[in-house]
Amino acid sequence: MSAPRPPLFLERESYRHRRLVDASRIVPVFGMILFFVPLLWPQPEEAPSALAERGIYLFVAWGGLVAATAAISVRLQSRLRDEAGPAGETDVL
Amino acid sequence: MSFDLLVSVSLVYVGLLFVIAYWAERRALKGGVRWLRSPLVYTLSLSIYCTAWTFYGAVGYASRSGLEFLTIYIGPTLVLIGWWWCLRKLVRIGRSQRITSIADLISSRYGKSALLGGMVTVIAVVGTTPYLALQLQSVTLSFGVFAEGTPGSFPVPDQRATAVWVAVGMAVFAILFGTRNVDANERHHGVVTAIALEALVKLFALLAVGIFIVWGVAGGIGAVAERINASPLATIPLDRSRWLALIFVSGAAILVLPRMFQVLVVENEDERHLATASWAFPLYLAAMSVFVIPIAAVGMSELPSWANPDLFVLTLPLAHGHDLLALLAFLGGFSSATSMVIVAAIALATMISNHIVLPLWLSLRAEAPGNLRLVLLTSRRLSIAGVLALGYVYYVWSGGGRELAAIGFVSFTGVVQVMPAVVGGIFWRGATRIGAAIGVSLGALVWAYTLFLPSFGPDVILPARVFAEGPFGLGWLRPHALFGIEGLDPVVHAVIWSMAVNCTGFLLGSIASFPTPLERLQGAQFVNVFDYSRGPRGWSQSKAEAEDLLIMAQRILGPLEAQDLFAEEARIQGKAGFLPDTTPDFLDRLERELAGSVGAATAHAMIGQIAIGTTVSVEDLMAVADEAAQIMEHSIQLQAKSEELSRTARQLREANQKLTELSVQKDSFLGQISHELRTPMTSIRAFSEILMDGAGMEAEERQRFATIIHDEAERLTRLLDALLDLSVLEHGQASLNCDTVRLRDVIARALAATGSVQPGAGMAIRRDTLDEDILIHTDTDRLAQVFINIIANARKYCDAAEPQLRIVATRRGGSVAIDFIDNGSGIPVQSQSVIFEKFCRLSDQSAAGSAGLGLAICREIMQKLGGSIAYLPGQGGAAFRVTLPVGISERAA
Repeated sequence: MSAPRPPLFLERESYRHRRLVDASRIVPVFGMILFFVPLLWPQPEEAPSALAERGIYLFVAWGGLVAATAAISVRLQSRLRDEAGPAGETDVL
Repeated sequence: MSFDLLVSVSLVYVGLLFVIAYWAERRALKGGVRWLRSPLVYTLSLSIYCTAWTFYGAVGYASRSGLEFLTIYIGPTLVLIGWWWCLRKLVRIGRSQRITSIADLISSRYGKSALLGGMVTVIAVVGTTPYLALQLQSVTLSFGVFAEGTPGSFPVPDQRATAVWVAVGMAVFAILFGTRNVDANERHHGVVTAIALEALVKLFALLAVGIFIVWGVAGGIGAVAERINASPLATIPLDRSRWLALIFVSGAAILVLPRMFQVLVVENEDERHLATASWAFPLYLAAMSVFVIPIAAVGMSELPSWANPDLFVLTLPLAHGHDLLALLAFLGGFSSATSMVIVAAIALATMISNHIVLPLWLSLRAEAPGNLRLVLLTSRRLSIAGVLALGYVYYVWSGGGRELAAIGFVSFTGVVQVMPAVVGGIFWRGATRIGAAIGVSLGALVWAYTLFLPSFGPDVILPARVFAEGPFGLGWLRPHALFGIEGLDPVVHAVIWSMAVNCTGFLLGSIASFPTPLERLQGAQFVNVFDYSRGPRGWSQSKAEAEDLLIMAQRILGPLEAQDLFAEEARIQGKAGFLPDTTPDFLDRLERELAGSVGAATAHAMIGQIAIGTTVSVEDLMAVADEAAQIMEHSIQLQAKSEELSRTARQLREANQKLTELSVQKDSFLGQISHELRTPMTSIRAFSEILMDGAGMEAEERQRFATIIHDEAERLTRLLDALLDLSVLEHGQASLNCDTVRLRDVIARALAATGSVQPGAGMAIRRDTLDEDILIHTDTDRLAQVFINIIANARKYCDAAEPQLRIVATRRGGSVAIDFIDNGSGIPVQSQSVIFEKFCRLSDQSAAGSAGLGLAICREIMQKLGGSIAYLPGQGGAAFRVTLPVGISERAA
């Protein structure tokens, strides 16, 4: 007798949860791309200086990443609370 | 501002920290207040990442290298927002294994290895010492600023004396609040609360200075942007290799810096706090660095060129006459330095006492541990003092005149040597102790040679000649140009080489070596931490006396805690008093509790000393494996049993169905038989009554009636004979008289018996007597009976105008098939399945003399003879195939 097969599709809740985890994993990749942009900037002797603008770019990117992470983490956190109980001992994947 | 005022403000601030820490400890003891354990406090405690290096050094760094200073915050930002990848797992492991430090993590992962724990501790101490010196230097410098800024008001203090006092103050704080309890895994609420407060102070101070500079001095954002673009900062080129390397190093450092590990993992109350910190801490970092470039740009344009840019945060407000703001900035810098030093000292002290002092102490004293609690606390207190003393020595030795950022990177790169072993250990089960030891030691050697020793400057440790020509004149071994690769920045050079050597050694060593059983067990526990809720079953036998264990536990945990633990366990086991049975479960739990105080390796060794007298043996592990195997076998057995049960149920269902069918058959059989018996009986009775009454009956008529009665009686007899025959056959009581005979003869006998061979018999018989020349060993009479029945049926029911019967015998292997095929209309498909049933008559034609038992009897006979009889469809008429085993192998010629 074979073990019962897992269902092909997940419940809506677990599906949302997994996509949130996906999003949470992908944010640092975007972060890397954003923070590696300075590698492409021309050096000051090649182009007129724009240090202030560059600084603003970096902090705007930073803020965007923080906002995205906050949006995802807050949702993940409420789910962690639902599923993990007070000690947070169970895995949620 | 007087020096006295500055000192008193500092003392008041330190006093406030003491009070806060003391209050938090008290509240936590009483059950605590919620916000002491809130995600906010956790996030703020992470801010010890921002040390004085950040507070003062970032501005100096920015004024020398432009935007590059951001790398040390971008790295941690990426790690934090990617918390689901790595940090979450690290925190889960730290909680489930009761990890006390980064050294404990590595030691525990690699089979509770004392050697690795010691190695990591040494690297951490060596790597952190410059960093501690940096904090002392920054606080001393900031004192000096006030002295210089207000000439004449007080004498310039002796810098070394200041550093001593700062170091002593921090040591006292760390000892008071960091070593109150021996369980390092317990949260230091006092310390954490105090550093959370300091985090707020330094953020507030830096933001205040930044806002003052941007809006108070420069005149708004637009003006600041213009100043920035016009300042010398804007012409500083971005070193791309440093940008990448420093992001990597700082990202790795936040995972493995001893103090960061302490607040991130050890002090973590709840995994969910990490979710908050994942965005709140990057936000904190961004806030700490957003005003750095403006401060640097304004400072460079307003202050004389000899001013130390590391101190712009202080000197700019002072230059504009804002003493209070400068004082706030001073407190911010002071906070940054003190919080870092305190946590780093506690973390290092835990590592030193657990991974260096205790193993040595235990190995020197072979007898049962004495008062370990005192040993532990003393060694931790001494370690804190020792670590700070080391920092002071480094400060004095390095001259205290170097820029802050450079010292920071020396420290980071050293500590990061631990990273491959950590990350490899929690994601790769194949990582072994030998691989980790090789990787960490090689990496550390390369780091020491290429960055740490050169950082003292030429002719301090390494002679200047080595820098220029390499050791012993070997040019390819120059510390800043290994293998002749020149032109790289020293830090990038050290990072690339140390990481390459480290990772290669780690991977090759792991692949080539074989882990011990305990290592493999721990590896599985770490890598699959989300699959295991329980710890490993280390102890499977228990010769330990509970009393001995209690004595030892009291010495380590303290009497009250140990007694509570034992009493609770006894209660769980359903016993009264303080001495539970030393079950493997209890030993595991006790070991984990002890591990929280003295580290996994030591706890394991100590329990081992009492419980078995040795560490975990292969037998124990085998027992663990056996247990798992038993469980698996048990479940396999269960599954087999349930399969068997369902099979039996299926068989029962089938049997039940068969019984029901049989019951129906029996009922219909009884109905049929009474009908069959009744019909002739009725006519016999009726005609015998006529005969009895008919006195005047004619002789001819009487003769006719008597014949009818006789015929009916005969029919009854035949029916009863057939029934008897069937019953005998069905109940297996018929005996067989077997002899060897030619098939041809049996068929001939059957044909003769049915009168089919006489001329004018009305049916043509086609047969090939050559084919029938087969010797068979069987009950001839019974077989002939079957043939007779079939032939008689054919004669009776064949409705063709010129009826003919073909008899074909075919030998197939060990059996022979005899087909009887007539040329009539055959048997309708829907009836083919029932013709072998009892009392089955398809039509009423020439029903007389037939009870419908013939084919049923044939089937029984053929079963008895080991053969079969079946209807053969598709032959152009009714066709029956009789199959029977030959019984003897040779065929007659």
